[in-house]
Order: sequence, then structure tokens, then C-alpha cells
Amino acid sequence: MSSETQKILTTDGIPLEVSLKKAEKKNKIKAFLLVCPLLLFLIITYVFPIGDMLYRSVDDRMVTNMLPKTYKAMEQWDGKDLPEEEVFEAFYLDYKKLVEEKTFGKLATQLNFEKNGFKSILKKLKRKMKKFEEGNYKEQIMGVHKRWANVEYWRALKRRAPSYTYAKYLKGIDMYENEDGNIVQVPEDRRIHKILWLRTLEVALFVTIFCFLMAYPIAHLLATLPMKYSNLLMICVLLPFWTSLLVRTASWMILLQQQGIVNDFFVMIGLVSDDNRPEMMYNKTGTYVAMTQILLPFMVLPLYSVMKTISPSLMRAGKSLGGTPFIAFWKVYFPLTIPGIGAGCLLVFILAIGYYITPALVGGASGTLISNQIAFHMKSTLDWSFASAMGLMLLAGVLAIYWVYNKLVGVDNIKLG
Amino acid sequence: MALPKYTEPHYRVWHYFYLFICGCVFFFLIAPLFVIFPLSFNAEEFLVFSEGMKRLDPDAFSLRWYKDMIYGTKNPWGLAAKNSFIIALFATLGSVILGTVAALGLSSRHMPYKGIIMAALISPMIVPLIISGVAIFFFMAKVGLAATHTGIVLAHIILGTPFVVITVTATLSGFDHSVTRAASSLGSDPVNTFMKITLPLILPGVISGGLFAFVTSFDEVVVVLFLAGLDNTTIPIQMWTGLREQLSPTILAVATCLIVLSTLILVTAELLRRRSERIRGINR
Repeated sequence: MSSETQKILTTDGIPLEVSLKKAEKKNKIKAFLLVCPLLLFLIITYVFPIGDMLYRSVDDRMVTNMLPKTYKAMEQWDGKDLPEEEVFEAFYLDYKKLVEEKTFGKLATQLNFEKNGFKSILKKLKRKMKKFEEGNYKEQIMGVHKRWANVEYWRALKRRAPSYTYAKYLKGIDMYENEDGNIVQVPEDRRIHKILWLRTLEVALFVTIFCFLMAYPIAHLLATLPMKYSNLLMICVLLPFWTSLLVRTASWMILLQQQGIVNDFFVMIGLVSDDNRPEMMYNKTGTYVAMTQILLPFMVLPLYSVMKTISPSLMRAGKSLGGTPFIAFWKVYFPLTIPGIGAGCLLVFILAIGYYITPALVGGASGTLISNQIAFHMKSTLDWSFASAMGLMLLAGVLAIYWVYNKLVGVDNIKLG
Repeated sequence: MALPKYTEPHYRVWHYFYLFICGCVFFFLIAPLFVIFPLSFNAEEFLVFSEGMKRLDPDAFSLRWYKDMIYGTKNPWGLAAKNSFIIALFATLGSVILGTVAALGLSSRHMPYKGIIMAALISPMIVPLIISGVAIFFFMAKVGLAATHTGIVLAHIILGTPFVVITVTATLSGFDHSVTRAASSLGSDPVNTFMKITLPLILPGVISGGLFAFVTSFDEVVVVLFLAGLDNTTIPIQMWTGLREQLSPTILAVATCLIVLSTLILVTAELLRRRSERIRGINR
């Protein structure tokens, strides 16, 4: 009898405590195994490629591997004056090999990223090289084009020597490492990325503010109206939400064009004259208007779901305790909606900061954002490592915001309509 | 929302002003969609309302652009629509299966590291699409799946699963686990329990997650722009190209069809949501 009270046994004769622990562990493994397929899939196809982006953005072995002899010869060069004959000879031998392998084009592209004008002198060198005589390569190469006698180009070449580089990140914020190894800003007229970052932040911020100002009243109306009316009005929010982004952008392109309905309306009410219709598309205005309308549902839905839970009797209590409706609203209702405001604002901000399609279509030159620059480098200049670097800088920003979002509302609380 | 009789005049004014503001915002939200309808029936080639349309002259309207969309020789809409539907279908299937299974694991109270795993699973929804596009493109290029249907389907599964995970976990949050235990105690094996007990109960959540995944895939343009070759053109790609080059009324005809489609999806999603709430016993 006494042993039974000390240790409760299951029917199999195992102590209950052990058996329970075993079952607990089994359940844990079972739950984890269910998540495993998706987790593995995402790690392989998504998390790992993002890591690959990180690697690409700092990887610079391509040039290093293409010019092994040159960089070996350059080790002794101090970078002050033109390098010695052996550097020229090594470069000639490396480049000759690349021309034979027909891979010199890649080198030209890469070096041109480093310093403009490299491409043409490399091409010229390729043509003239066939007639080179043995020995005294320094004179012969310098004779091809005067830029080959410019020490700047040799310094640029040397800067590509290390296998890993953070130069792409510096370029992303309009900085570079100059000849003396100091990190300095590029000349003022070429600081395009800083403008783009600031503009992206500005657009995301203002779109968030506009969305908030417009969403708050309608979310309040939707939450306080009787169900039968609010369901009907909810369609106005949900239909755009479910409609293709491109369709909505197309409709804004029609509305905002110079002969479009918005301009027609402005002419009709006499705001602008018929022959002086303002350009509302292909600039920042177009980006603002279209993005605000497109992202508005993402602000309304979280606000609505929070406001729905606030009892109307709280406002009545506030008023009956002597507050005017405005004071009751400001002191009672508004603080209760702050979780919804946080969720909506951060959601819209995160979406806006990485927006690509709408700015590309209605933004023109003055309304494009950092995403467009990333796409441009992916598709046009093919500087994939730079695109990766900028993408990761953007991602770092978004993750920081996401972290705040998680602290404020928790990721589990994301509601979808 | 009628005001009580004792409302003071300036609050009355404020109240009507507030309703006016709300009306304006609703108009701003919904009106742009309705511009597309009449213009897609335009008999002329311009994207403005012609004089005839303003007078509601029947001759000013035509189905010309719809015919062009379907029969037009130069228009690749047929191929694009076929591709879009095939890709969206398989992507939805993949997302729903992977997402539902993962959600089942995630909503178990035994799940270790729940927070961090949830964050990882829904990360494709948080990371800007352009970055996802670049990363997925690198991966697909490496494994030789760029410019293939398979590659695009896989990419869309990545983007679609977070929606399924979120909706199904939400449905499971109100799920009474004693019914599955009852089934097991009556001798049912786990697969049978899932098919006969759990799945029918969470089906609304699964379908609405699937709808999200379908729409995500069907509308997705950023990632596809990186991945697609000439044979994998989809409706969004065709629209994107059309909008960049020249806005033609044919695009508006396609857009009208898409709006009709999204209306259908909206109605389905809304009905499902209500059904799901009824099943879970949430009455509002």
C-alpha cells in the first residue's frame, strides 16, 4: 500500500511522472514535425537566398580571380606614382588570357563600376594588344590611351584587389573609399542615392499620415454604425483591398492624366484654366495619391478591428462625467485606439517603404523610390551585388520597424479583414 | 446614426461635417474602380469620356475592346490568362497544404519556440516584395528554375503561405481540442481524425487562406517580373507591360474582368468569414 502512495504507476508499470514527460516530448516532436515541411521549404528557398544576397553584396572575388598576376605584382606598389613595369607586364598577361577566354567583357563592366571610362580603354587595349611587341609593356600600354598613364585608374584597379568589400554599401549611401583609404562622400551632383533614401522615407511617412487621417474617421463610422449599414460600407474598403494592384494603378493613370477626369473637374470648377492643366502624374503627386488610396485598406482594417471592441458606453460615461464630446473622445476613446493606430501605421509604413509597382508607373523621374533603383540595377545595369546591398539595407530598415511592431502589438495580432 | 434631440447646434454641424468627410473618403476609395467600367466599353481608342458617352449615345459604346482582348491577334491575353490560372492554382494548392499543416503544428500548445518560428514563417509577408524578388530570383537562377512555371509556382507558394498560416491559426485559436481527443479515444487514427473532424471545422479558415494565396499569386507582379520568361507571361505582366508602354482600352477591358473576379472573391471570402465565426461561436 505504501509504495502506491509514493509513486503513482501507469497500467504499464512505468512511473506516471516519466510517462507524462515522455508524452510531452512526443507531442513536442509531433508539433515540430508538422511545422517542419514549411519551415524547411522556406529556409531553402527563401532564408538561404537572402543570406546569399548578403554574400553577393560583399563578394568581390570575380575581379581578384581574373587578374591574379596583376594583384600579386601590385603587392609592392605603394599607390603613389604609376606602378612599375612588372605590374604592367602582369596586367598584360592576365588581360591577354581573359581576351583569349573571351571573358574580358565582365572585367570591363566590373571595372567600369569602380571608375567610369574603364570600359572604353580596356576595349581599345584589346584592339591594340595584338600588335604588341615583347618587353616594355608599360610604354606600350600607356601608348594605347592617355588614361592608362593616369595613376587614378591603376589605383581604382588596386581597390578591387581584396576578395571581400563593403564598397557597395558605401555606394548605397553615396560614399566611397578614396585613394588615401578615407571614407568620403561623392561629389554633391552625384549624390543620387541619398536623395532616393530620403524620398522613400518621406513618401512612406506622408502616405502613412494621409492614410491615418483618412482611415480614422471611416473606421470609427464603420465600428459605430449598425451592422446592416456598416457591412455595406465595408465593401468600399474590401473591394479595393481585393482588387489587383495594377488595376487600381491603371485607374489612377486614367484619372490623373492631363485630359483626365480630375483635371476636367478642376477646369469645370474654374480652379485651373483649360490650356494650363497641371501635370498630376509622373511626379510625386501621382505617387502620393495612388499609394494613399492603395494602402488605405491596410490602415482601416486594423483600426476597425480595435474600434469594434470599444464599448460605446465608455464614451457615454465620459460625457456623463462632465466631459464635452471632444474631451470624452480625446481622453477616453482615442487612447483606447492606440494599438490599432500602431498596427495600421506600421503596416502601411512597411508596405510603403518597399513599394515598387505604383511609383514605377505613376512616379516618373521625381516619384521613384529606392525599390525602383534596386530593380533598375537588377535589370538594366546588372550590378547584382549593388542591388543586393541596397536590398539588404532596405531590409535592415524594415526589420527594425517590424521589431518595433512586434514589441507594440505582436505579430500574432495581425488581422486580415 | 441619428443624433439625439438635445444635441447642441455646433456638435450637430460637426457631426454632419464628420459624415461628409467619411463620405469623401469612401468615394476616394471606391470611385477610381468605377472609372474603368464605362471606359472599357468606349467605342473610340482614347481613354477619355467622348462627347457621345457623356450624352449616353449607344453608338459611343461598344464591345470592341473585349473582342480585341479575346480574339486580338497581337494580344497575348489568352496565354497570359492560362498561365496565370495554372500558376495560381498550383501555388494555392501548395500554400494551402504546407500552410495548413504548419498551422496545425503552430497552434499546438506543445510547440517549442513558437514566436520565432511564427515570425520566420510569415516573414515573406513582411519583407518588401522587391527584396523577396531579388532573393528568389538568385535561388531559381542557381537551381535552373528561372523562366519556368515550376519556379514561379514555388515563388508564389513562398509568398502565399503566410496568409494561409495566419488565417488557419486564427481559426484554430477557437478550436475545441476535446473533439479530436474524443475521436482518438473512440479509436480513430490521427489522419482519419484530421480528415473527418478537424478539417471540416477549420475549412472556412483554410479556404479563406487559400483565397488570399490565390489572389496573391494571381496579382503578383514584382517577383514574376524577375522570374518570367517569354513563355511564362501572366496577366499582371501583360498589364504591367501595357501600362508602361501605352495605356490601351484593351487593358481596361481586362481590368474590368479582374474587378468582377475580385468582387466574386470578396463575396466568397466574406461569406466564409461569417461561417467561420458562426462555427467558432463568435457572434457579433
